[in-house]
Amino acid sequence: MTVAVDKTKCIGCGACVVECPVEALDLIDGLAVVDPSKCEDHGKCVLVCPTNALAIPNQSPKAKEELDPKAGSEFNINDPQPDAIKDYAQDNDKKTIRAQVTPVAGGDVWSGVWVIIEYTNGKVAPVSWELLGEGRKLADAIGCGLSGVITGHQIDSVIPEAFAYGAEKVYVIDNPILKDYRTEPYAEAITSLVQKYQPEIVLMGATSMGRDVFPAIATKLQTGLTADCTVLGIDPETKLLQQTRPAFGGNIMATILCRTRRPQMATVRPRVMAMPERVDGREGELIQEEFTLSESDFRTKVLEFINTDAKSAFLDKAEIIVAVGLGLAAKRNMAIAEELADVLGATLAGSRGAVEAGWLNHDQQVGQSGVTVRPKVYIAIGISGAIQHLVGMETSDFIIAINNDPEAAIHKVANYGIVGDLFQIVPALTAEFKKRLQHGVAN
Amino acid sequence: MNFVVCLKQVPDTSEVRIDPVTNTLMREGVPSIINPYDAHGLEEAIRLKEKMGGKVTIVSMGPPQAKEALKKAMTYGADRAILLSDRAFGGSDSLATAYILSMALQKIHETEPIDLVFAGKEAIDGDTAQTGPGIAQRLGFPQLTYAIKVRELTDTTVTVERKTESGRQIVQAQLPALLTVEKELNDLRYASLPNMMKAAAYEPEVWDAKTLPFDVKQMGLKGSPTSVSRIFAPPGRSGGEIFDATKDPASIAATVVQKLFQSNIIMVNPLAKGGKR
Repeated sequence: MTVAVDKTKCIGCGACVVECPVEALDLIDGLAVVDPSKCEDHGKCVLVCPTNALAIPNQSPKAKEELDPKAGSEFNINDPQPDAIKDYAQDNDKKTIRAQVTPVAGGDVWSGVWVIIEYTNGKVAPVSWELLGEGRKLADAIGCGLSGVITGHQIDSVIPEAFAYGAEKVYVIDNPILKDYRTEPYAEAITSLVQKYQPEIVLMGATSMGRDVFPAIATKLQTGLTADCTVLGIDPETKLLQQTRPAFGGNIMATILCRTRRPQMATVRPRVMAMPERVDGREGELIQEEFTLSESDFRTKVLEFINTDAKSAFLDKAEIIVAVGLGLAAKRNMAIAEELADVLGATLAGSRGAVEAGWLNHDQQVGQSGVTVRPKVYIAIGISGAIQHLVGMETSDFIIAINNDPEAAIHKVANYGIVGDLFQIVPALTAEFKKRLQHGVAN
Repeated sequence: MNFVVCLKQVPDTSEVRIDPVTNTLMREGVPSIINPYDAHGLEEAIRLKEKMGGKVTIVSMGPPQAKEALKKAMTYGADRAILLSDRAFGGSDSLATAYILSMALQKIHETEPIDLVFAGKEAIDGDTAQTGPGIAQRLGFPQLTYAIKVRELTDTTVTVERKTESGRQIVQAQLPALLTVEKELNDLRYASLPNMMKAAAYEPEVWDAKTLPFDVKQMGLKGSPTSVSRIFAPPGRSGGEIFDATKDPASIAATVVQKLFQSNIIMVNPLAKGGKR
């Protein structure tokens, strides 16, 4: 017998190829392929497959369920392992994870959760504090410490804030070379701290800075990095960081592990994790390190910084968003959305369709290839709700959708779905809001 | 000047759907395209070549059918295309992919010293934005990500406008350097007829795991520190209240607004004009 591959389910993740003890599996053209001359029906691939694409054909469905209690639903590597593979799991998984971790820079300490605090142009990116909140939960689940890292110049005012948001220790490199953000010196500074103090987890916001410097650092350290996570967790047994992110344009969620190298690195989307409570006056340990490189070591220089104060630049921080989609039909109809936004003091945004039609700028696009938003109120006008759009806005506190199609996907995520002609409904809403807001009458 | 463009063939993710019954990815019939951001990198390389002279080489990693993307890219006016394709490359994560691509660029660099490398800011099927910076680090080139404008290119430096959340950063880097680019960088051209004819007859070079002295421990699944442990459908959000406004939009609007105020979802701002509570 040979393990069979269901090609409609296989996503080509390669988990089975790694697990197979006899190297009978390979990825060909993005699909798992079994070499029947090598396969010995161990079944390890069947259990590790995240999409249940593999099966041993002579097993009745019942036998498969006995082997894997979760068969038929989704298989989770962290669920209790059935006896058949327990030995294997202990043999391979745990040993690999706990004992055979390859230290990337000598020593084998690798302990603690670090959050890189983003400080540019005199401001801390709020995602840094969100991550200290999330980092607290992770550190508690592991039973280790939580630290913040600040690199830059003249950063003294940030240190007490990092303690206030929950860091027990703060590592600092303060040097004029680090005044403006540049990849090279920032990557060098953060890498040197990681190599010296060996944290097991290093997190940063998935901002333009986090997404620029983290790949450089992970390459220097030769370790794994997961971008744009929206959920983080700790496996209770292995203490591995479970890094969950949208994949394939947000159509699926994937949980990624970095089993054997340290640190485990991830960037996390802003406004996905909750802001922790700020406790002013909280104190901690401050560790200051020197920056040993000089300006001549770097090949980039910042010539200028142009602040763009467009409202849309702060789309991800907007409290109320009025977003338009192709249902608006023409650019001249933008006026009805603009009037509603004016009355509510809301920020205008749109779907990819509306942006590609030229009604809005690229930086006003909400969704997978645009900005993720989490306002208090999101009003979707004439947006059908393609999955790429939904992943960028469905964590909004309250969603109001206006669409003439009662079956539109946007109505399925909306708290209030208004079915009908947006050209009548939106002006009517605007008039009602105006009446109440301008008179200051709530009821 | 020698320009290299890193390009990826990707499924058009706007066409990818989840099978509502089996909860798995439906990939059949999904068209393959050149990663849109990479196309803008290619466009910029060709513009700069037209202005300053030189050569544009495209490098891609993927299955044999990715040749189609390379042939398509040739129609815009590139000079050479190399496909890195081998089963041993399969399953590489971004660290391993950057290793394989950097080996190829190193090889090119030995005979035709590279001045500028272009890559898209990210690929639309993975959205990791890690491969470009990974290549730059391995080659020891400065990286300038999220480029929206190439202001100036000289024999020794490139000056670029980078997009950040709070504004535009103008950065100058010494050559050779690597840029990852946004769509705002330029407008794409249409393929010219002579280039289309040239591309039709062009066969991209294919390099496999034996072409270069690869370290097998750094590539493929086993050279990838990250692995997928679980895949699932995005958590659904349960729908709320539906209002039928097809008959009487004005009174439905009044009802909705009243409910929003009653439940404090939208509040009267006491600072708003005329505000009194």
